[in-house]
Amino acid sequence: MTEEIIIAGFGGQGVLSMGQILCYSGVMQNKEVSWMPSYGPEMRGGTANCTAIISDEAISSPVLNTYDTAIVLNQPSMDKFEDAVKPGGLLIYERNGMTRKPRRTDINIYAIDAYEASVKMNNTKVFNMIVIGGFLKIRPIIEMDNVVKGLQKVLPERYHHLIPLNEEAIRKGMEIITVEHKLN
Amino acid sequence: MKELRLMKGNEALAEAAIRVGADAYFGYPITPQSEVIEYLMANRPEDRTGMVVLQAESEIAAINMVYGAAGCGKKAITTSSSPGISLKQEGLSYIAGAELPCVVANVVRGGPGLGTIQPSQSDYFQSVKGGGHGDYKLIVLAPNSVQEIVDYTKLAFELAFKYRNPVMIQSDGIIGQMMEKVELFEQMPRVEPDYEWATIGRKEGKPATFVTSLQLKAEEQEKVNLRLQAKYREIEKNEVLYEEYDCKDAEYLLAAFGSCARITRKAMELARKKGYKVGLLRPQTLYPFPVDAFNKIAYQVKGILTVEMNAGQMVEDVRLAVNGKTKVEHFGRFGGMIPNPDEILNALEQKIIGG
Repeated sequence: MTEEIIIAGFGGQGVLSMGQILCYSGVMQNKEVSWMPSYGPEMRGGTANCTAIISDEAISSPVLNTYDTAIVLNQPSMDKFEDAVKPGGLLIYERNGMTRKPRRTDINIYAIDAYEASVKMNNTKVFNMIVIGGFLKIRPIIEMDNVVKGLQKVLPERYHHLIPLNEEAIRKGMEIITVEHKLN
Repeated sequence: MKELRLMKGNEALAEAAIRVGADAYFGYPITPQSEVIEYLMANRPEDRTGMVVLQAESEIAAINMVYGAAGCGKKAITTSSSPGISLKQEGLSYIAGAELPCVVANVVRGGPGLGTIQPSQSDYFQSVKGGGHGDYKLIVLAPNSVQEIVDYTKLAFELAFKYRNPVMIQSDGIIGQMMEKVELFEQMPRVEPDYEWATIGRKEGKPATFVTSLQLKAEEQEKVNLRLQAKYREIEKNEVLYEEYDCKDAEYLLAAFGSCARITRKAMELARKKGYKVGLLRPQTLYPFPVDAFNKIAYQVKGILTVEMNAGQMVEDVRLAVNGKTKVEHFGRFGGMIPNPDEILNALEQKIIGG
């Protein structure tokens, strides 16, 4: 198993932490992982992305130009990465703020209303965890227990009381993700 | 017990410097290297081992602080990125001339000038051919993973003290910024220097110790040069490191170092899937260069393509090593652009296999 993922969106949406949480969780499940951020002159409100690779084998290149999965959280990211999904691959997008639907017909496409769900949970900070939940529902490459262990590693101890909330957000994402285009 | 963590290359370098028992870090922030000094400041190694961490007023000050610490036999390290490393060249030449040990890491970004903050390998010439003045060499280590950043930080101090010579760790924006699993070695103790060459106070009955790179008499300076050259021959004999992937049956060879070797390895896998018998040779030491390894494989392969994030620097050393025995071409992206595996395979087909 090798899953090559690009996660892209606005700075401040938690794009980089999503990749880190997936990688930490992968480590907890004895996977090989690599995480590479775009570290250009980005700032809050600008675009940010990271490449996360989770694999059973040693990872050669940490930098890629095509991906098994693209998780795009704003329109510029969809414009940039929709074409970079491998045929037969997976595109997950956040509906809020998108001005158009994906155009590809040779990939699996899922949508999620993670922002809306985070508002309903009274905590927009868990937005990215809802998206992770959606992703793990479609690609169950990491078990929930290991995601929680990953969170314990990523979060400083003073935030450990927030882990149940994050777990709830992940489960919420698993519930609300919807299919838009599925290959046979 | 060995410890497994997920770390950025820059953070791993900082942690390894603490664990190797370094006495001092002097540095100045610059992207994409700043996490080294940030990590050291946040981790307060002065509380852990007594290691001094200081943000100097400039890169030039930092390298001269390293010079001073090294003169006292201390394990000192500084890190920077390309424009900052240029500023350190005078200091490096002096330290090499005075034959003192130290470790310097360059998290390379695109140049020339202030250039870009994106990853590059365009400082190969500067590191390997001597960026400062005078006939001197740095030992240059080129890690290609976060794990090698840790291992080479330890190795760098060993080599620096073994040969009393500055050692350069040639990282780049990719290796510095990426996160990978890493196994950390156990904390090593800091040691009180007890070297004859160290200026740690004159002992009874012993002559005074001088640290200098100045010899006004030509006869004396030539002796220094001869001694340095003899040392470099020893280093070339003993310290070459390289790795070969699928070279046994290779008809074509890719050559790459550092982060670019990771991407090139992916290109090699793609080429093998296409039915080409391609191998990869990765120098882990850029100086001393694996001359013999290239020389040997030159008899076997029909051509060599070096892949670098620069306009063609290591390719010159590969050509010197194979000395005309086989064709050597170069493919590169530069200015902070990263080559992708498909374009490397394309270049291999165009320049070597079909060419």
